[in-house]
Amino acid sequence: MWTDIVMVLLILTNMVVLGTSRLRACIRIVATQGVALGVLPLLIHSIETHILIFSIISIILKGVVFPYMLLRTLRQLNVWREDDPYVGYGMSLLAGPITLAFSYWVSTRLPMPFSIHSPMLIPVAFFTLIVGLFLIVSRKKALTQVLGYLVLENGIYAFGMAIANQQPMLIELGTLLDVFVGVFVMGIAIFHISRQFDHIDTDQLSALRD
Amino acid sequence: MTELILKVIQPLAALLLAPMLLGIINRVKAKFAGRKGQPILQTYYDLWRLFHKGAVYSNTTSWIFRVAPIICFAAIILTLMIVPLAGGNRSVFSFSGDLILAAYFLGLMRFFIVIGALDTGSSFEGMGSSREVHFSALAEPALFIALAAMARQTSSISFSGIFSAVTPHMWAGGCATILLASAAMIIVLVTENARIPVDDPNTHLELTMIHEVMVLDNSGPDFGFILYGAAIKLWIFASILTGILLPINGLPFIISIPLSIISIFIVSIIVGVIESSIARLRLISVPNLLLTAISLAILSLVFALRS
Repeated sequence: MWTDIVMVLLILTNMVVLGTSRLRACIRIVATQGVALGVLPLLIHSIETHILIFSIISIILKGVVFPYMLLRTLRQLNVWREDDPYVGYGMSLLAGPITLAFSYWVSTRLPMPFSIHSPMLIPVAFFTLIVGLFLIVSRKKALTQVLGYLVLENGIYAFGMAIANQQPMLIELGTLLDVFVGVFVMGIAIFHISRQFDHIDTDQLSALRD
Repeated sequence: MTELILKVIQPLAALLLAPMLLGIINRVKAKFAGRKGQPILQTYYDLWRLFHKGAVYSNTTSWIFRVAPIICFAAIILTLMIVPLAGGNRSVFSFSGDLILAAYFLGLMRFFIVIGALDTGSSFEGMGSSREVHFSALAEPALFIALAAMARQTSSISFSGIFSAVTPHMWAGGCATILLASAAMIIVLVTENARIPVDDPNTHLELTMIHEVMVLDNSGPDFGFILYGAAIKLWIFASILTGILLPINGLPFIISIPLSIISIFIVSIIVGVIESSIARLRLISVPNLLLTAISLAILSLVFALRS
């Protein structure tokens, strides 16, 4: 039951991220999502030392370090809103349930070789993954795209949790390190983009000439 | 005999206690703002005063304006007969599909408030009516889909059946459906009862208000009926919310009924907290909020269909 509540929290945070234009609120929501996911391994598996350490590392990274870095970038850039995304907020909100239904359908077509802790885990992990992808393609600001990347990673993490007995923790830790470096580099890159061009709208970057 | 008493508890409790909900919301808001606030029983005094006044009718209005408040009140009383307080066979009328009838009684109430407002011929009230209809057209699908999800989850299409089926066991299996449906219901509750962040019940600013503007021309007992109806409507939505959320229906009625009345008051405190902590949304972003409610309801239905 607790796993299901975490899954519902995941769905709700995804919907909020799809529907808000305020970047600061988005960053906080993604951080909440990260913390909720960090608790997940403790709920799914028995509490052992290595799982506990893993859990703490991911909570600190996703709940404290990432939001801190992103909020700092936000302050330096002085950009607070995603003004005019490719897909509007109303349409994004409606895309949410459709995506979830689709991920349910996918999860029924995906035979698992072993039993899964909760029937909601796989579809919700897919849902989070697709929402992340959707954020990356439908938003213009580079910062929201980084958030999309984080949501995408959260989805992969949730998927990994579902099959964690089969998957060594080492791989998960490797993914976390990748994401950490990714966010770090992206923060710096966004800062330089805005220094150079006075905005972080990625659609205008494609019009660059020598 | 006990059966009968149990059946009339909900209408009686609502008629007696519903005005207090508005008082509690005001008190919570006053506490947040650091004010002393009006008495919790203020709505009762207001109703007493209004029912002892005469009504003033403008010359441009017709009989529609005069019957509208009475039909609204009748519709809300009939809804009250359908929605039970807690699970068990406790509503006055209960049959398969009564949730649709209840939703349409609420629709009837809204329709008569709207044509009563249009009947005054004031462009100002016309504006309010148009907003009210716009927002409730979006709130209604959310309500229906959330109820459909609960109906599917509990395999029953009456309020009593749904409320009775919510047990700790059901929570363990279908907490996703219940939580998402309740989240949608909270947004519907706030919208239907003209509360912040959708509408501000205290404002009399022409550009922003929705519900208040429609009843500006009503006076005396007519306005009393509308105010009383609004309080009971809040009670009804709060009892639907607590009914689908609380797994207390296995308990004997001596515990479960006081518990649900207390939780209805807790809902009103939560509404007060929401009102004090959130700013009113701009009119153009209200549809986004309602779309969120619809999406949550659809998500809940997806989960209900799966399990």
